[in-house]
Amino acid sequence: MNSLSFSPSLSPSGGEREKIPAIEMRGVSAGSLTNASDEIVEGVNWTVSQGEYWVIGAPQHSGKSDFLMMTGGLTVPRAGEYRFLGEPMPIFEGPRLDHRLKLGFVFDGGQLLGGLTVADNIALPLRYHYELEPDELEACVTRLLGVTDLTAMANHLPGRIGRAWQQRAGLARALVLEPEVLLVDSPLTGLDVRHANWWLGFLDGLSRGHSLMGGHPITLVVTADDLRPWRGRAHKFAYLSEKRLTVIGDWPAVERSRDATVRDLLDDGSACD
Amino acid sequence: MTDTQMLRRLPEARSPAAFLGRWLLLILLTIQGVGAFALITLGVLLRKLGDSRQAIVPLIRRQITRAGLQLLPMFLFIAVALGLLIIGQSVSWLTRVGAIDFLGGIMVVVVVRELGPLLAALLVLARVGTANVVELGTSRAMGEVEALEALGIDSVHYLVVPRVIGMALGIFSLTVYLIIGALVSGYAWAFIQDVPLLPGDYFNQLAGALSYMDFVLLALKTCAFGFIIAIVTCYHGLAQPLRIEEVSRATVRAVAQGTVACILLDALFIVIYLVV
Repeated sequence: MNSLSFSPSLSPSGGEREKIPAIEMRGVSAGSLTNASDEIVEGVNWTVSQGEYWVIGAPQHSGKSDFLMMTGGLTVPRAGEYRFLGEPMPIFEGPRLDHRLKLGFVFDGGQLLGGLTVADNIALPLRYHYELEPDELEACVTRLLGVTDLTAMANHLPGRIGRAWQQRAGLARALVLEPEVLLVDSPLTGLDVRHANWWLGFLDGLSRGHSLMGGHPITLVVTADDLRPWRGRAHKFAYLSEKRLTVIGDWPAVERSRDATVRDLLDDGSACD
Repeated sequence: MTDTQMLRRLPEARSPAAFLGRWLLLILLTIQGVGAFALITLGVLLRKLGDSRQAIVPLIRRQITRAGLQLLPMFLFIAVALGLLIIGQSVSWLTRVGAIDFLGGIMVVVVVRELGPLLAALLVLARVGTANVVELGTSRAMGEVEALEALGIDSVHYLVVPRVIGMALGIFSLTVYLIIGALVSGYAWAFIQDVPLLPGDYFNQLAGALSYMDFVLLALKTCAFGFIIAIVTCYHGLAQPLRIEEVSRATVRAVAQGTVACILLDALFIVIYLVV
């Protein structure tokens, strides 16, 4: 299969670039998107190397979406320094926008534009950022619809399809710009086993190097309220609790951890012992 | 939460002075907010003119259809009614005082300069402006603005600029149709009332009462109405975080403020007409 490549600016970078961390935070604090006076997380020191696959566990309503939005450059860090692939964040527009487009974001529930069909939602970033020929645009969108099993729903408005499919369309829309780093907010929440397995398999593929992305591994950061499905899949784990981001390490470290929040996220009940 | 939202959520004022003070503060904050939003939009409009054509041009076309073409039947009906109202009243009075030669002049002053543009603006505000607030308020509440920003898409460029252009062009076009319709139907009603006025004389009166400045100011005024309505309605829908239940209140506020803004602008143009 061919990759989606349509822009030279999104081609893979050289060996020097590989050494730059994908995400680097030093003393970062983040507020809530809906209520600026709420502090969600503070003093975050966190480095994500390129090609890594992270899962950040946190119970529901603990602010992981707000933290991920700050990581995605949608809100400004309240304190500290945050660099994305070496560039200070956030980037909203201007000459550094191309750099910003190397970061993809998949919202919990997809957050598609209600007035556009599924296909138009996926095509929107290409239409906005690049002047592609119609057949080239259609080829890109068709391929993404195909790999996300959305072909039959291409002309449906988001309100007519289920939440699970909307979330897949959100994934397709984030991938259309061929990001180097993908942030995925709670992809498994509320999904049945079939959809959940599809997501786990697809994210595995992206982490290893999906043909859709020209075989280049994508750096992944995923949030979850249950760590168990990610066993043997994600490389590294962290959790968010009491306004702190704590790095756990790999899966054996997760299993060894006696921290109450981690035990809760594994749902094994031993935290109550 | 913005300052205006905080003020609105305060408990009811206990004294008239507190009520008045809060009301004045709200007005000032709203003027500040709408003014800043207008400047941002103007900046984006000028800076990104011609950018992202594949995404923006279809949106502009859609807005022109919505704020112009789709309202045409209603405007033609209003035009016929306007011609009847003005002619019906003025013919009987002008005939009594023997001033029927001023009929064309009255039509120009009332329809071309004043009632036509203002009526067109208020009708578009009611029909399309309200829809703007509901659409954008819902988009904002559903997180669509964040989705656009996550894709590196400027939400003002994508959501506001097409509405500004569409409304400005829509109101301009509809005003022209409204004026032509009212002037033609006005003569038709005069003809039905057996007014001794030939079509040639009537249209000569109209042409004599019009100057090139009328056309320039008409274009400026209608485009300014479109800009103001789009800015006020988009501001209330987009510029502040809304919960779904707040959208209806934001719509009512936008219509009230849009009406006041249009009337103030109209007053400004009356002064300009008097000066030039």
